[in-house]
Amino acid sequence: MRRTPFSPSFWRSPLRGPWFTSVLGVVLLVGITVLFVTGLLSYAAYNPDLSPVNDKTPDKGLLGFYLFSWPTDPHWLYRLTQGVHVTLGITLIPVLLAKLWSVVPKLFTLPPARSVTHALERLSLLLLVGGGLFEFVTGVLNVQLDYIFPGSFYPLHFYGAWVFFGAFLAHAVLKMPTAWRNLRQLREERNDLVSVNPDPPTVSRRGALGLVGGGSLLLFGTTVGQGFDGLRWSAVLAPHGADPGSGPGGFQINKTAAYAGVTAADRSEEAWRLVVRGRTGTVRLSRAELLQLPLHSSSLPIACVEGWSTSDQWWRGVRLRDLAALVGYDGDPPDVFVQSLQRHGAFRRAALRANQVADPRSLLALFVNGEPLTPDHGHPARIIVPAAPGVLNTKWVAELTFGDL
Amino acid sequence: MTRPRLTLPLGSPLQLLLLACSFALSAYAGVRLLDGEWFEIALWIVGAALVHDLVLLPLYAAADRLLVRASGPRRTWVGYVRVPAALSLLLLLVWFPLITGQVTTRYTAATALPADRFLEHWLLTTATLFAGSAVLFVGRRRRKPTAPRGR
Repeated sequence: MRRTPFSPSFWRSPLRGPWFTSVLGVVLLVGITVLFVTGLLSYAAYNPDLSPVNDKTPDKGLLGFYLFSWPTDPHWLYRLTQGVHVTLGITLIPVLLAKLWSVVPKLFTLPPARSVTHALERLSLLLLVGGGLFEFVTGVLNVQLDYIFPGSFYPLHFYGAWVFFGAFLAHAVLKMPTAWRNLRQLREERNDLVSVNPDPPTVSRRGALGLVGGGSLLLFGTTVGQGFDGLRWSAVLAPHGADPGSGPGGFQINKTAAYAGVTAADRSEEAWRLVVRGRTGTVRLSRAELLQLPLHSSSLPIACVEGWSTSDQWWRGVRLRDLAALVGYDGDPPDVFVQSLQRHGAFRRAALRANQVADPRSLLALFVNGEPLTPDHGHPARIIVPAAPGVLNTKWVAELTFGDL
Repeated sequence: MTRPRLTLPLGSPLQLLLLACSFALSAYAGVRLLDGEWFEIALWIVGAALVHDLVLLPLYAAADRLLVRASGPRRTWVGYVRVPAALSLLLLLVWFPLITGQVTTRYTAATALPADRFLEHWLLTTATLFAGSAVLFVGRRRRKPTAPRGR
């Protein structure tokens, strides 16, 4: 039996013990709570209860209990919450791995169940470990555009988070008192994590924690820069750690025109007309006609669900509420349903709420950083709304339908 | 008197209640999660736990044990190899799709960014980590030439 993992003497590392596990556990307790909350906020940021086109998990039921109208202030809100969500998630990977390493002997505990409660707790641990790894793996794959998971990212990551969170809550409540005691006591209590037959140490526990922290720091330092134009060079391995060229349009692109299936013919001066519908009928405007309307500026970032963002860009275009006024909503802008020229993409149709339309910084942008939009940034015209997730800032806009959704 | 028990004892009723609540929440989300490719999704969740616990962890633990064994009884340099190797493998684990180039076509088509930089950056980062570690090792040995630490 000594040679199999089911024997306590199989586990030789002198590092394992309640203090080591408790430190990592407390870090994860705080970190995963932040991940969960920022994840829920990201779902709210899509305004899924506004229109079915915004909602990739329509059968959410009670899991959408907390939804609220996503605000437009501060204008960097989504940039912050989603930057934290993704960057913190990546930063926590070494802590998660170390935590799982520190408790792996428990997987092989005999007898497999001492009581009904113990059996259920172990089943719950499968959801905790499997569900937790599932969330980290789907998130990490999605930001790298590696869509090999079985289904659409949104429902997998959203429902998976709730499955995981159920098990996480139980685990936190069951283990928190022990972890707290272990951290406050100067002398460690012996438990089944401590090796009965330890090898001589090759590193101290503090040294091992240092390695975990170093790993987190390395991941953080090579990722966080993808949220700042001036620091982007430092995000050496992160997906958005480089700029696509220079000049006014040289900032991050989520999906290029070619990828979205938007052709030069679609966008041409002759072919493209913006269709605006509302209470008083339909208005069709060429880009030249749009330029005759009052133009306004706003400095707003692009912030993606994948965790990267740009610093504020200088947009210029027609206010959404002015467009609403053109079709009979003077002074009381309603919601708007936006359709893009793009042929592919889950968000080629999107809805914005009245508070977003009413914000004077919300534009149908025609220029960015002093030049006409480039094809990849949404020429002839794109939506830009403060604090909204990137995909709701629809590019290559074809139709705006104002009215209560 | 000591007849072997055939039924499991119940355990703490409070914990049982807590676990029941937890399973109810997970199940409420779980039926929605599994609405689709249910078998594959369940396989991913269970598989993630199994692959981690029974493949990934034994692999890196065995590699580390080999390294320690190869380092002899003094073990003065183990940390100087272990730390940069662990950090480099961590980066590879997280950014595997980009570094190995398996998403190159989609990545470049979508973002207009070149994808060949990832492998290059990973190799350079790895080289930097090992070089830094070597500098530290040599520096510390110079400072204490006659009193090497360890047993």
